[in-house]
Amino acid sequence: MLMEGDPFTLIEGMIIAGIAVGATEGLIYVRSEYPHAIDVLNQAIVIANENKVLGDSVLGSGFKFNLEVRVGAGSYVCGEETAMLESLEGKRGMVRAKPPIPALVGLFGKPTVINNVMTLAAVPMILADGAASYQSFGVDRSRGTQVFQLAGNILRGGIVELPFGITLGDLVNKVGGGTHSGRPIKTVQIGGPLGAYLGVESWDVPMGYESLAEVGGMLGHGGIVVFDDTVNMAKQARFAMEFCAEESCGKCTPCRIGSTRGVEVIDRIVAGEEQAKNLELLEDLCEVMTDGSLCAMGGLTPLPVRSALKLFPADFGIKVEVK
Amino acid sequence: MTLLSDPRGTMPMRSGIGEADYGTPKSNSDVMVSVTIDGETHLVPEGTSVMRAAGESGCDIPKLCATDSLQPFGSCRMCIVEIDGRRGTPASCTTPVEDGMVVRTQTTKVARLRKNVMELYISDHPLDCLTCSANGDCELQDMAGVAGLREVRYGMDGKNHLDAPTDASNPYFSFDESKCIVCNRCVRACDEVQGTLALTIEGRGFNSKVSPGGLNFLSSECVSCGACVQACPTATLQEKSVIDLGMPTRTVQTTCAYCGVGCSFNAELRGDELVRMVPTKTGGANEGHSCVKGRFAWGYASHSDRITKPMLREKITDEWREVSWDEAIQYTATKLKAIQEKYGDNSIGGISSSRCTNEEIFVVQKMVRAAFGNNNIDTCARVCHSPTGFGLKNTLGESAGTQTFASVADADVVIVMGANPTEAHPVFGSRLKRRLREGAKLIVIDPRKIELVSSPHITADYHLPVRPGTNVTLLNALAHVVVNEGLEAREYIADRCDVAEFEKWVAFIGDERHSPENTETITGVSAADLRAAARLYATGGNGAIFYGFGVTEHSQGSTAVMGIANLAMLTGNIGRDGVGVNPLRGQNNVQGSCDMGSFPHELPGYRHISDKATRDLFEGEWGVTLDSEPGLRIPNMFDAALDGEFKGLYCQGEDIAQSDPNTQHVEAALRSIECLVVQDIFLNETAKFAHVFLPGASFLEKDGTFTNAERRISRVRKVMPPLSGKADWEGTMALANALGCKMEYSHPSDIMDEIARLTPTFNGVSYDRLEQLGSIQWPCNDSTPEGTPIMHVDQFVRGKGFFAMTEYVATTERANRKFPLLLTTGRILSQYNVGAQTRRTDNSEWHGEDLIEIHPHDAEERGINHGDWVGINSRVGDTVLRADVTDRVKPGVVYTTFHHPVSGANVITTDNSDWATNCPEYKVTAVQLSKVTQPSNWQARQKSFDKQQQGLLKDARH
Repeated sequence: MLMEGDPFTLIEGMIIAGIAVGATEGLIYVRSEYPHAIDVLNQAIVIANENKVLGDSVLGSGFKFNLEVRVGAGSYVCGEETAMLESLEGKRGMVRAKPPIPALVGLFGKPTVINNVMTLAAVPMILADGAASYQSFGVDRSRGTQVFQLAGNILRGGIVELPFGITLGDLVNKVGGGTHSGRPIKTVQIGGPLGAYLGVESWDVPMGYESLAEVGGMLGHGGIVVFDDTVNMAKQARFAMEFCAEESCGKCTPCRIGSTRGVEVIDRIVAGEEQAKNLELLEDLCEVMTDGSLCAMGGLTPLPVRSALKLFPADFGIKVEVK
Repeated sequence: MTLLSDPRGTMPMRSGIGEADYGTPKSNSDVMVSVTIDGETHLVPEGTSVMRAAGESGCDIPKLCATDSLQPFGSCRMCIVEIDGRRGTPASCTTPVEDGMVVRTQTTKVARLRKNVMELYISDHPLDCLTCSANGDCELQDMAGVAGLREVRYGMDGKNHLDAPTDASNPYFSFDESKCIVCNRCVRACDEVQGTLALTIEGRGFNSKVSPGGLNFLSSECVSCGACVQACPTATLQEKSVIDLGMPTRTVQTTCAYCGVGCSFNAELRGDELVRMVPTKTGGANEGHSCVKGRFAWGYASHSDRITKPMLREKITDEWREVSWDEAIQYTATKLKAIQEKYGDNSIGGISSSRCTNEEIFVVQKMVRAAFGNNNIDTCARVCHSPTGFGLKNTLGESAGTQTFASVADADVVIVMGANPTEAHPVFGSRLKRRLREGAKLIVIDPRKIELVSSPHITADYHLPVRPGTNVTLLNALAHVVVNEGLEAREYIADRCDVAEFEKWVAFIGDERHSPENTETITGVSAADLRAAARLYATGGNGAIFYGFGVTEHSQGSTAVMGIANLAMLTGNIGRDGVGVNPLRGQNNVQGSCDMGSFPHELPGYRHISDKATRDLFEGEWGVTLDSEPGLRIPNMFDAALDGEFKGLYCQGEDIAQSDPNTQHVEAALRSIECLVVQDIFLNETAKFAHVFLPGASFLEKDGTFTNAERRISRVRKVMPPLSGKADWEGTMALANALGCKMEYSHPSDIMDEIARLTPTFNGVSYDRLEQLGSIQWPCNDSTPEGTPIMHVDQFVRGKGFFAMTEYVATTERANRKFPLLLTTGRILSQYNVGAQTRRTDNSEWHGEDLIEIHPHDAEERGINHGDWVGINSRVGDTVLRADVTDRVKPGVVYTTFHHPVSGANVITTDNSDWATNCPEYKVTAVQLSKVTQPSNWQARQKSFDKQQQGLLKDARH
């Protein structure tokens, strides 16, 4: 939405960031699945160059800043900042170990600042209207606005920008209109395919980083996927592992091998094979992926799995108690 | 607090009998930080990883993807620890120590995580430990043990790679994909250590697999250096010798017998059966790396062609007769004495082997001087780096390179001239590439587009494709630019060089006739490039020059070496790390054979035979009077033989019939010799003209020392008894005694003690000292008791550096209408020099024949296509090779290698040689090429002569 509809906000934010940290080159890494955004951004950059907003002297200030769009190639893990750097360098999108952090050793070894689109796009507004103005929105430490993406089995799907603080229930039911199918909501997943599932008991939770984390959820990029009561949560948990296996860069063992094993173990649980043993194994696997993975790809995969297990054990056909 | 410079307490983690591995590279920082590991506090250099700090303190953290030759990677997740004040369980390999850090390496949590990680690994790994070739030397096995893995709850029926195929295409190692744990150590070793970047990971996630670029290993860019095999923690990349034989049980440290890099190796054996050669991390020259030859091509030592019994024959058309050592020695002594009776004292001589040990060479020159009574002793340095000896002695004061190989890590601008290190000095080539990848600049001066000009991640900043024979002009032009543009290091020169000579030289070099613009048509190098290269070397920081036979093997070889020394002094680039003048010595011990005075005009330590004080010293020790007149050089020996004045020759480990120029001349000379004694391990080309054959010992069969291009004296240690019953020095000693010169050495250390007594630069060298220090770079004496890594630090050895005049004199070997092309020669990675050793190993899979490289333009003019048989004619001879049409050479220049006797490369090279040292001008021969349909006459004769001689040998050895 932002890149397609208001690219100059992002460009302005990046120029400001560049000047602030002393960078003269900026890159926008856009997924290949967003051709409109790529096209619009490129056009906007041409316009900005023509108007000397980008180039050797930004608006005659003497500061140099150049911007380019770079297109991904369908890899989810290249959204991880260091895998993205590898991709930009023309290499396999594999995660780098930290330290050193990109701010010290980043793209082609140079100090590099990395932020997502929403963060950078908020900068012009904050500088123009003042910090207090930005802070006047939101709750607790989650200040400002968030662009929520309402998707899945939802009546009014789409993108809506709102201050932090709106409750999950209001967001899904009032703004989103509840399910598209009309059936009751069983669960929502917030924060993308590696986010936790929450149940209707969490409707009163205000949307914010800390408040969601308190109930075991994750805001992530603010995406919400809605499921009605026909969803099979065991399949969803399996999907989380499958997704990880598909997108894993393959560098670290917990993610590379663990995600494949995760699918197999969930299948056994669902098939009723040695459930207690396999549930313990799954929990051990979730622990090693959470604590042992090199990045959040493997690190967060257990989040949807564990939350699904905890909230909806019946879907797994579990006949034993789940802790 | 304890300062960690040595490992303490328990032994650091190792698998099998290998060296300790601390997981991540050493930090070179001078700043120390403190870290508490499992309750004990230590000081380590800043930049040390937690893993290494733990390892050095005797506390090993489990690891799989970390190894101390490579940068940390963070993939296996076994090395996780808990650090106070930090969330979670960070990997200790990628976590640098910070001052005051408190680390716990073994907690309930990390133990559980490690076990679960191992469980994942083993869920996709064959469970055949007991029959696996890595049994006993497998880090995966070790880690499963350390983690306490008892069961794999995932079962073995899930997705796995157990059926993955094995790639056994490489003759020396195989790649069994089913055992791969995707730790990436092989890929990283090929990138970081070797610099070839032949390996990658194909696919992603669970489908990740190691791939040599989508081909098999043999067809890929892999150069078979074995770094990946060494880095591999499992049986995935494994030496075929280990697969076939089993695990070694003991190690003996020794030194490679191939090139002048002199890599240090651990020979790993069972009993006296060599299983594999593993480069040592403590080797000063190689620090844990090697090339295909040193690591894998040692099979020649036990090849069936090995001659193990002395042999005699009266005429070279006779069959060989196997005899005892005593009979052979007596026969030889009698014959040589008789020849001296008949033709005079000067009618016999010796050629020492620059592949034999220092002790053996010393004994040969001693025999010639004390037993033959003359100075007719020479060595192969004659044909390779004798100009280095002359040139550097005159300008700097010592005939040797000035640096260590490690010093290139501090260079900012590197000049590589007339050398092809990625082929001929591969381990140095890898060091150089590593530094270039870090940003150092490169100037390549070579008629050919060698690999360094352009290869993965390496691009030379300047390639100056100099026309063969015009090196001096080019060097003069470079110096001219520096002087002309005021870029010289004035203070350095004023302080350290002979200023009067310098001024004379400046007047000479400043003349416009030396300018790049005026020399462009002579050298064929663009003036703009030459000027830019000169500026870069003079102003780019630490400048280091590396040069090889493309500088020395010319009629003005010595002049060119002096030109190089001039440039280095001119820009202040001698006397510290990162700079210097570095001759890339060819043979494993050619530096040694020069040091040992294996020259007609010099005693050991480069002291002229005419110097009475030196002669007195030796006469005192040896109890004989020495001839004060310089003797015959090798080319002089041939001439004297044809003149009927030189009739007896003792030739140790040197195949002059194949490696010296103008083969037909050499062959005629050899036929004139009445008693030719060859001491070698195989029946080489020279032995086909011999009357006495003394079986030699390979480097595995004797004790001694080699000296590499860094002046580094390293131990050679016997791992098996000599096949012939005698080490080479024992054979020479027997002959010397039979000739009346008493030698009673019981061990090579006795010989080294004598060398140390007689040679000031070796005063402090002894086998005990070598044990203590590992290796010693001479000079080693009271003023430098631990040796001398960098030379000329405070001042030049001769006192003030001398700027020699380097007027260009064109070689008489010029291209003309009859012979319009210029032939130059070189080497290839897999074969070594005349190929005596490497042709008898599996290395022949890579280079089965020598080819002639010809530019497409020249080829087209002659109707020559790729793969055609081409006749190559020079004014002395002709031969036939197959064509390799390529633009690696420029128009007007052709190139070949000389690894196979039948190629006859030296049939066409001429007698032209360096004015000062007679080093043959191998690198410039005027030739004409034409398409032919059959081998040359010489080649036909060579084939039939070879057949005849092989037949005479076969009948002798039942």
